Amino acid sequence: MKKPQRDSGESARRLSRRAMLLGTVQLGIVGVLGWRMQSMQVEQADQFRLLAEENRINIRLIPPARGLIFDRNGLPLAENEQNYRVVMVREDAGDVEDTLNRLTQLVDIPQDTLDRALEEMNRRSPFVPVTIADRLKWEDVAKININAPALPGITAEVGLSRHYALGEDIAHVVGYVGPVSDYDLSRIDDQDPLLQIPKFQIGKTGVENKLEHTLRGSAGTKRIEVNALGRVMRELDRQEGIPGKDIQLALDARLQAYAQARMDGESAGAVVIDLEDGDLRAIASAPAFDPNLFVRGISVKDWTDLNENIYRPLAAKAAQGTYPPGSTFKMVTALAALEAGVISPEETVYCPGYTDVADIRFHCWKRAGHGNINFHESLKQSCDCYYYEVSQRVGIDKMAEMARKLGLGIKHDLPISAVARGLAPDKTWKAEVRGEDWRIGDTVNASIGQGYVLSSPLQLAVMAARIATGHEITPRLIKSVDGIEEPSGRGESLGLNENILRRMRQSMNDVCNHRRGTAYRSRIIADGMRMAGKTGTSQVRRITAEERARGVTRNEDLPWERRDHALFVSFAPVENPRFAVAVVVEHGGGGSKAAAPIARDIMLQALYDGEPPLDAYPSAERDRAREQQERIRARLAEANRGQDRA
Amino acid sequence: MSYLEYNAKYVPTGFRKLIYLNWPVILLLTAVACFGFLMLYSVAGGSMTPWMEPQVKRFGMGMALMLIVAMVPIWFWRNVAGVAFVVSLLLLLAVEFFGSVGMGAQRWIDLGFMRLQPSELTKITMVMFLAAYYDWLPSKKTSRPFWVLLPVLIILVPTYMVLRQPDLGTAILLLLGGSTVMFLAGVHWAYFATVIAAGVGGIVAVFESRGTTWQLLKDYQFRRIDTFIDPSNDPLGAGYHITQAKIALGSGGLTGRGFMQGTQSRLNFLPEKHTDFIFTTLAEEFGFVGAAALLSLYILIILFCVISAVTNKDRFASLLTLGVATTFFLFFAVNMAMVTGLAPVVGVPLPLVSYGGSAMLVLLVAFGLVQSAHVHKPR
Repeated sequence: MKKPQRDSGESARRLSRRAMLLGTVQLGIVGVLGWRMQSMQVEQADQFRLLAEENRINIRLIPPARGLIFDRNGLPLAENEQNYRVVMVREDAGDVEDTLNRLTQLVDIPQDTLDRALEEMNRRSPFVPVTIADRLKWEDVAKININAPALPGITAEVGLSRHYALGEDIAHVVGYVGPVSDYDLSRIDDQDPLLQIPKFQIGKTGVENKLEHTLRGSAGTKRIEVNALGRVMRELDRQEGIPGKDIQLALDARLQAYAQARMDGESAGAVVIDLEDGDLRAIASAPAFDPNLFVRGISVKDWTDLNENIYRPLAAKAAQGTYPPGSTFKMVTALAALEAGVISPEETVYCPGYTDVADIRFHCWKRAGHGNINFHESLKQSCDCYYYEVSQRVGIDKMAEMARKLGLGIKHDLPISAVARGLAPDKTWKAEVRGEDWRIGDTVNASIGQGYVLSSPLQLAVMAARIATGHEITPRLIKSVDGIEEPSGRGESLGLNENILRRMRQSMNDVCNHRRGTAYRSRIIADGMRMAGKTGTSQVRRITAEERARGVTRNEDLPWERRDHALFVSFAPVENPRFAVAVVVEHGGGGSKAAAPIARDIMLQALYDGEPPLDAYPSAERDRAREQQERIRARLAEANRGQDRA
Repeated sequence: MSYLEYNAKYVPTGFRKLIYLNWPVILLLTAVACFGFLMLYSVAGGSMTPWMEPQVKRFGMGMALMLIVAMVPIWFWRNVAGVAFVVSLLLLLAVEFFGSVGMGAQRWIDLGFMRLQPSELTKITMVMFLAAYYDWLPSKKTSRPFWVLLPVLIILVPTYMVLRQPDLGTAILLLLGGSTVMFLAGVHWAYFATVIAAGVGGIVAVFESRGTTWQLLKDYQFRRIDTFIDPSNDPLGAGYHITQAKIALGSGGLTGRGFMQGTQSRLNFLPEKHTDFIFTTLAEEFGFVGAAALLSLYILIILFCVISAVTNKDRFASLLTLGVATTFFLFFAVNMAMVTGLAPVVGVPLPLVSYGGSAMLVLLVAFGLVQSAHVHKPR
């Protein structure tokens, strides 16, 4: 073995030198590390602290309670119902299968719901609560709570969900809420972070949709500490949100329910306007649908049923449907002519049963003709030729102007989906939209509410209201928001000649109350409650000369969709009008037969506040009326019971 | 002066050796280890288990081993250096064939009572062997090409084997540690200059070739290098960890968020918080003050080792001491550079603080060698 080398001399000195050099390099590196730590921990500490807080703290939104919707008497139309659901946390459950088995023994849960929950549970982190079943009965919740020790990881939670106690009766007005969809997000410009909450409920149609911002309220927040996996460690603090504002509608739920029930089996719309302030006491459309189906998420079958029904239950016909107003438009024609002075009320026009205008023969509904007929009789008996004549004298532009003045062909601003504008055609309109010249035949057609004229039941009710009052009545759906009353719908005087208006009302009175009036059979016979009105029957098909020669086919012999629309507009009491009612029955046949009785019944409900005496009905109708009233009362009582339970 | 004479005359014997131990280094090592215990207690959420208790036991065992190694005369260790190196190479080879796969790399052999990482052992035996080599080699031959080539092979063989596992961190440590011993032994600086120049040139050439027709690497290889150099290119993969580590470190501020109050580690945002990234927890909870304190302890250990080496007239002893000190330095410097975002993440633990058996035992045995050199130095 070699002797250890005594390290002396040059190599030892070199080692020392190099050790020093190495030490210096190392010190330099340590200096860099120290500098780096100093710059991160002292100079940039605040930024990093912020990042750490962002990591750790999640801000969660607390959805506010949605505002409630009431009717004018404080009956809740849309409420937030407590909704019980079973939630399971996988990591607390131990044996998931076993626990679920025990749960299904207690509570009936469909297998597919269970499978979906299981699938979601396996996909999410074990600590995330997964909803197993929704909308449980209170009894089920009680069962789960009692058996809690046998059901580890399972808890019953309570949440709020929208419920419409009156369901079908208010579906078209109040609308419904549903979970916010990607489509909604792409369509609306709304930065509210609440919309980012999965399944957050927003208004989809009706008042729920149009007054979404009033009803929604604003989000509260809670700051929670989470770990890297997203598990919630604790809540740091919370700030409650502002609940949505309550809305009171002008609607009378009871009258609305009656109108819906009265129109059962028809495809129809009815509107009741309070003449004092324009309140919409009822806007009914039949058939209707159950809005609660949509809140829960509608099944494909229900959806197909609703969509394929030829009576179109989803359509809010009262405000959205437009129909040729038929003879109900004669008030417009007459008022335009009388106001313009092209004819005096007493002046007669000869009705031979037809009028020839520009080589076209226009027929009166009465083939034999009415003979010499003045304004009063023409309206009472709904003679067409009289209007063919006066319309030619006054011209379409004056008629359209009068129509708009009375609320036709203009859009009434109501917070419900798709309020129709209808159409009060004039020369400019035809030139602009159809690019054709206005022809005299168009005027003649329009004079009896056919041709291009279109109006909705809502517009017809407004027209009746304006004729009844002489004031500019604007329909009002929202009575108050958050207890603050909305402006009244009764506007200024329309500036129509009061004499002419009085004659008009008198004629409309005779339509109902004169033996030869077209709506005599649907009159109200109680003193001081009598009704004035006008029937209308509008064709939806062209009657050919050939058919006319053969004899016009009766409505009963036509397929449903080719029958005439039946219309009726009215106001009552004649002496001191309080309500205006318009009814349109799609393809109902004659206005006097199909629409007038409905309007009369609804009017009686409104006038007597739900308790009309039977002797207000014509004697022939009392049995039917009694039977109908009983049926509808039973139905309303049922709805009320349902509400008490909720 | 004869070997025996030198031994009898200058070297303490028996229990007197305890007095001649390098006590400051022992105290400093214990202080560093205590930092480790504290942090392991903290990252376990205020619990002795699962990390602190085994770590304390291992440290106790390691200190015992260190003292035993320190009591054995330094010339014995010089004489077994070659054998130790060959044994660790064989163990590395064994890992290749019988090793267990952990964390995606073959690193350790299960000996039944402990898991041995031959790569850890190699760091020390290589330094030992190189020190012995230069002790044996007449100093005038030090810079001759043939005698330079031999130690280069001594370094490259284990480096290559470790790289195959793959364990890039240890490979870098082996390469730098070995080169440092060669540098200290007095190999002419021109060799180093040449290697560094060639290395830099090579890297520049590879990067310059990117996008040209004579591109030296495939595109995906370049992209991998990009991610390696700048992890923020891959914010959900490698980048996530280093970003979270930097947030933890920076959010500690000057004085830290308080013991067991670090949100980054307590809420599991930190990766490997008990091993490679333990320094970030320390920095988060004790701030710059705590981090600087630990850094100072490390510097003091190096300083005492350098003093011991420079004052030691035994060439083997001083080369070995400096080699161990450098390896130790590389450990913590690379780790800290890694967690502060100055260097890519290569998987080097923080010495004596990170949770881990082999690394701690091997380091303490290495300090046993340093102690032996100190106790048995010619006086």
